[in-house]
Amino acid sequence: MTWKVKVWRYSIIGLVGFYLLMPLYSMLDFSTKPFAYFQKGRTLEAWKIIPSQPDLAISIFRSLVSAAIVMTLILILIVPTVVWVHLKLPKLKRIVELICLIPLAIPAIVIVVGIAPLYRWISINISESPITLSLVYSMLILPYTYRSLSAALDAADIHTLAEAARTLGASTFRMMAGVIMPTLRTGILNGSFIAIALVLGEFTISNLLNFKTFQVVIAQIGRTNGNVAVAVSLASILFVLLLLLLIPQKNRQKEVLDVDVA
Amino acid sequence: MSNNPNRGTGVTLSSAGSRYWKSKSAYLGVIPFLVFTGIFLLYPTWNVVTGAFQDDKGQFDTAKVKELAASPIVRNAFYNSLEISFKTAIFGAILGGLFAWALTTGKPGGIFYKISVALSSVLAQFGGVMLTFAFLATFGFNGVISSIFVKLSPDSFLAQSAWLYTLNGLAVVYTFFQIPLMVLVFLPTIENMKPQWREASDSLGGSAREYWVRVGIPVLTPSFFGAMLLLFVNSFSAYATAATLVNMSDFLTPLQIGNALSSEVGGANPQEAKALSLAMVIVVIIVMFIYAQIRRRVSRWESSR
Repeated sequence: MTWKVKVWRYSIIGLVGFYLLMPLYSMLDFSTKPFAYFQKGRTLEAWKIIPSQPDLAISIFRSLVSAAIVMTLILILIVPTVVWVHLKLPKLKRIVELICLIPLAIPAIVIVVGIAPLYRWISINISESPITLSLVYSMLILPYTYRSLSAALDAADIHTLAEAARTLGASTFRMMAGVIMPTLRTGILNGSFIAIALVLGEFTISNLLNFKTFQVVIAQIGRTNGNVAVAVSLASILFVLLLLLLIPQKNRQKEVLDVDVA
Repeated sequence: MSNNPNRGTGVTLSSAGSRYWKSKSAYLGVIPFLVFTGIFLLYPTWNVVTGAFQDDKGQFDTAKVKELAASPIVRNAFYNSLEISFKTAIFGAILGGLFAWALTTGKPGGIFYKISVALSSVLAQFGGVMLTFAFLATFGFNGVISSIFVKLSPDSFLAQSAWLYTLNGLAVVYTFFQIPLMVLVFLPTIENMKPQWREASDSLGGSAREYWVRVGIPVLTPSFFGAMLLLFVNSFSAYATAATLVNMSDFLTPLQIGNALSSEVGGANPQEAKALSLAMVIVVIIVMFIYAQIRRRVSRWESSR
């Protein structure tokens, strides 16, 4: 590395690093301030009372349940359908792809507008639980699921696998669940990570439809005790970061973000 | 069939295949998917598109759309939305692009690289309430930076927090999630550049500046603009951050939609929310269409390389 490259490298990293890390540091600073304005010094009081916040634990629990439902829907509905279409109905490939990519063109705020009457009906007739939101959340992650799935399907020769399984006497179910699905592991693991991140971070839809999800609860805590709300936010960011660093995967980012509508 | 070299490999199944693979009952397998996406994706989309042209009684009606298109408040919010998306796309793309380049000058797969990429994936999704808190803790009343400026120069705008609630202030906040998104989208492109190009340029006597002007920048330009369009859509669609920080309904189009929707509960006009939504969808579709054209060109070029 020449000195010129070094100067550029470190000044860019310094500038962008400052932009991105300063607000995070400020959150730490804010969350350790004493509650009363006139007091001096530092306190971990806000971090200590996180567990006793009303609605917080239940909203995190509900988010995890929702993420699990989203993943289940993807596993039993989306993945089999995409595989099925690739295997047997190549004519429908374009249509399924188009449906899967629609959420890229429809912002969350627009989905809320369209889906509000439906959720009013669900709230009255089925359930008022925020977990029902997992149905619309599974639509939001369709583009990501589809991209990583179709990449994996193109890489593995599923026609050969399917024919081999059939020749050896496997049922259609066995062929799908036992032979083809395991080749898509990476894509499915990516999908579960996005599902957790999406469900924990979603605010627009749940807030406008009046559901108490994690983000809505944080906003609500923020109105009464800013320090605690900031502490919870920082904790959740660090949690997701840790999760990301712990899942070792080579091409995760590329697959996740290669949203290509071409 | 007997002369087919692919016989027995399964390759022909998608095109020819036995009667089993062609059976009509295969179509039954797609029905659950179509029903589910039909209810939760296609119905809401249809609802917005048609609802924009329907009055309270379900009659076809273009009056509301015309009224909104002529309204100065609606137009102002729409221009604000376009302006903030444009600005944050440019600044986010430049800063994020430079940062992605800086990452490639270090050790690939090193600890700094890994942490930067992981942090980018987290922060690119970081919006809404938590982002608002972060910036209030930085620039808000008694925030880290504002309290420094209160001591240094009490008259500067950084000593107060009013600027944070303006369009440019919100743009500074949005850029926070645009930079990491750009890093994630653009990093693969920079990593795809071949070191041989640089070597060729160097051995032909080209300087670093000449390499970037004649090779590097022309190669990266289409992907750079493609990424910028993604950032534009990302910012244009954003609602949560603006709603929790500014919360003035006439400021941006998504806020207007949110406002029209919440008053819908009180019996107000849902047609307004749908008409505004339709306008947003049209903008997003146009931008995504251009993005698709650019991507197609880039991937054709990449495969012929």
